Amino acid sequence: MRYFFLVVTDYFAAFEIPRHLAIDTKDLERRYYALSRTLHPDLFARRSEAERENAQAAMAILNDARRTLSDPVARALYVLKQEGFDIAEQGTRDVPPELLEEVFDLNIALDEVADGDSDAATQVMAARSRFEIMCSEIDAALTTQFAVWDASQLHADLQEIRALLNRRKYVTNLIQRATQATEHVSD
Amino acid sequence: MFQIEFDESAAPEKIIGIDLGTTNSLVAWMNLTKPQVIAGSDGGRLVPSIVSIDHEGGITVGSAARAELIDHPERSIYSVKRLMGRGVADVQDELKLFPFRIAADSESVIRVQLGDKTYTPPEISAMILSQLRRNAETALHCKVTKAVITVPAYFNDAQRQATRDAGRLAGLEVLRLVNEPTAAALAYGLDKRREGVVAVYDLGGGTFDVSILRLHEGIFEVLATNGDTHLGGDDIDNRLLRIALEDIQSEWGEDLSTSGQAVQTLRQAVIRAKEELSFELETVIELDWQGKSYRRQLTREALENLIRDIVERTLGPCRDCIRDAGVTPEQIDEVVLVGGSTRIPLVRSAVEVLFRARPHTDLNPDEVVALGAAVQAGILSGAVENQLLLDVTPLSLGIEIYGGVVSKLIHRNSTIPASAAETFTSAVEGQTNVLIHVLQGEREMAKDCRSLARFDLKGIPPMAAGMARIEVKFLIDANGILNVTARDGRTGIEQSVEVKPSYGLTDEQVEAMIESSIDNAEEDFKAAQVAGARVEAEAILTATEKAKLSDAYKELTDEERRQIMVAMNRLKLAYHSDNHHLIQRHVELLNEATRQLAENIMNTAVSGALTGTHI
Repeated sequence: MRYFFLVVTDYFAAFEIPRHLAIDTKDLERRYYALSRTLHPDLFARRSEAERENAQAAMAILNDARRTLSDPVARALYVLKQEGFDIAEQGTRDVPPELLEEVFDLNIALDEVADGDSDAATQVMAARSRFEIMCSEIDAALTTQFAVWDASQLHADLQEIRALLNRRKYVTNLIQRATQATEHVSD
Repeated sequence: MFQIEFDESAAPEKIIGIDLGTTNSLVAWMNLTKPQVIAGSDGGRLVPSIVSIDHEGGITVGSAARAELIDHPERSIYSVKRLMGRGVADVQDELKLFPFRIAADSESVIRVQLGDKTYTPPEISAMILSQLRRNAETALHCKVTKAVITVPAYFNDAQRQATRDAGRLAGLEVLRLVNEPTAAALAYGLDKRREGVVAVYDLGGGTFDVSILRLHEGIFEVLATNGDTHLGGDDIDNRLLRIALEDIQSEWGEDLSTSGQAVQTLRQAVIRAKEELSFELETVIELDWQGKSYRRQLTREALENLIRDIVERTLGPCRDCIRDAGVTPEQIDEVVLVGGSTRIPLVRSAVEVLFRARPHTDLNPDEVVALGAAVQAGILSGAVENQLLLDVTPLSLGIEIYGGVVSKLIHRNSTIPASAAETFTSAVEGQTNVLIHVLQGEREMAKDCRSLARFDLKGIPPMAAGMARIEVKFLIDANGILNVTARDGRTGIEQSVEVKPSYGLTDEQVEAMIESSIDNAEEDFKAAQVAGARVEAEAILTATEKAKLSDAYKELTDEERRQIMVAMNRLKLAYHSDNHHLIQRHVELLNEATRQLAENIMNTAVSGALTGTHI
């Protein structure tokens, strides 16, 4: 089992689950615990050094696999990478024009917050709420698209997912910036 | 004979669990189904982490060293854990508060001056570990060579390596480094609660940790950890000490802070007062020094006002930890308190407010970490079954990329062992090596993170820029320590990686220290034998001198008397040699030469007794 693990390159195969974007995370958890009970290096403490090292490497792969698959975004990025997509930073590409306008307004508000304008802080917080709603809309769209690809397994259906992920990344960056700016104010 | 050998091979080797603390250290073991703390020969379960070295290099550890700390502060040290895995620049703040004497020749590893010699923090910690090992060997009646040692969860790679080095120097194979709050949860979970979400709040002498774990069917899974490796009861002591020193200066017009003895005596007085205020509402700080006496009333309320900010510094890491664990305070079923400082009522109430749960105090906060280390030792030896610890790395691991920016490879709170692979290539044609800088921390720029190590990937085949592919694998092992391996992506050939730690000892340095300590041990042994032989020589020389005055001596022949004189003179010459065999031989020769004399004395004594006279 452990030796099998060392040559496993697919995280889904490691857990013996179908290669789907929508997965049952509770089931993943159960499988992770069950595998941990057979692979963990603690169970090999009295064995040879080679066996201990194998267990260590296998458990590291299991942990990496679980971390990746339990998070929907990391899981989707993992499949995109497997399918040959370049998942490096995308910059402002795939960001719709109406969002660019929002970003422009946010930047002005952020500057004003930095200058100590408390009205601007309210604006930033309002913008943050809008971005948070946007983020949950993207997540809902991703859930739908996950189901589409799970059924079709077509490369083309991943294009939409990739665009959604880029947009999500952009929006979460904005939320983070807005949060940092307002935290600074409350200090 | 067969029976004995069979028993030895059948009994699994005993693995001890050690809590190597800033203030106190403990050793425990798994006694059948229950972890148990092992007391020292003086009956004490807590071994104060104090080391004192005398002029001959003799080492005193624990309670006995406490007296030395007052009488010979220049040869004694406490709280050495604060220096583990740190560089000289890191500890400048500590030097204002702790009487550490850092040797001038310190480089990336600090050397501490004790008397006329210098020692690295791992060597000093090894002296404490050796004492604990001996305590265990005495109590368990067997040799102990394997141990699980606990470290603060928030210890970085260098601090963990330094702890492991200390174990090796103490003759212990360190099978696992376990995070202190995790160990506490293990002891607690085994004893009290088997399911649910548990927070561990660990405020020790010098470090603060908070961890949140999920306990589920024997699996102890750490969800998140946070902390501050320089926050603890020591900080409270230092603050009280400073106030008392100022107080005394204005009362007596005398600055005691320059006297190591006075400072140590006063430190112990303020610690006593602080501890009393956990149970009483008021106390008195008392110091009697060179005929003068200082008395200062201190109420619990006043103490609380003095230390409120220190207690509050623990709350930020707690909030971050709750957030990172992805739980709400309501979902936390219980809070376990660890470390002596959690006896302070203000700490307890702050924890209660933050976690919205009454903290658990059934287990002794001083012992629970050592007990947990023993449980982990039991898991590794096979004595404890169906329990498994899944811990996390406290800090993100990354490498420096262009512009001094850190690219994170393994994020904090990732379950360990965790790994990440990165492919490096040549930037210019014909380039045959790549320098890689590994860092630990959460900040974006390399200069703001902790430098772990640098290594040079050598032997890249010279080819066009971007063509070579070297795959480097970073693995954080179950001890939270980084391992690096590299291979040529085209040929699959394993590359050797020489990692040079930024802070800490290299393997070679540790080996050299182990060798020299073995040499020293031989030397020490030899010195003891010489000393023993000299004692024997003195005894026989004194006895002979005395016998020369007796009548029995006069009864000897001239030749017999001459031989005794010769043997005495020869022994006196041999006495000053470093060869104990030589001394012993001449003791025997003198013994031989005085045989008749001894017989005569015996006879005189017998006849004297018969006639009722005394010689």
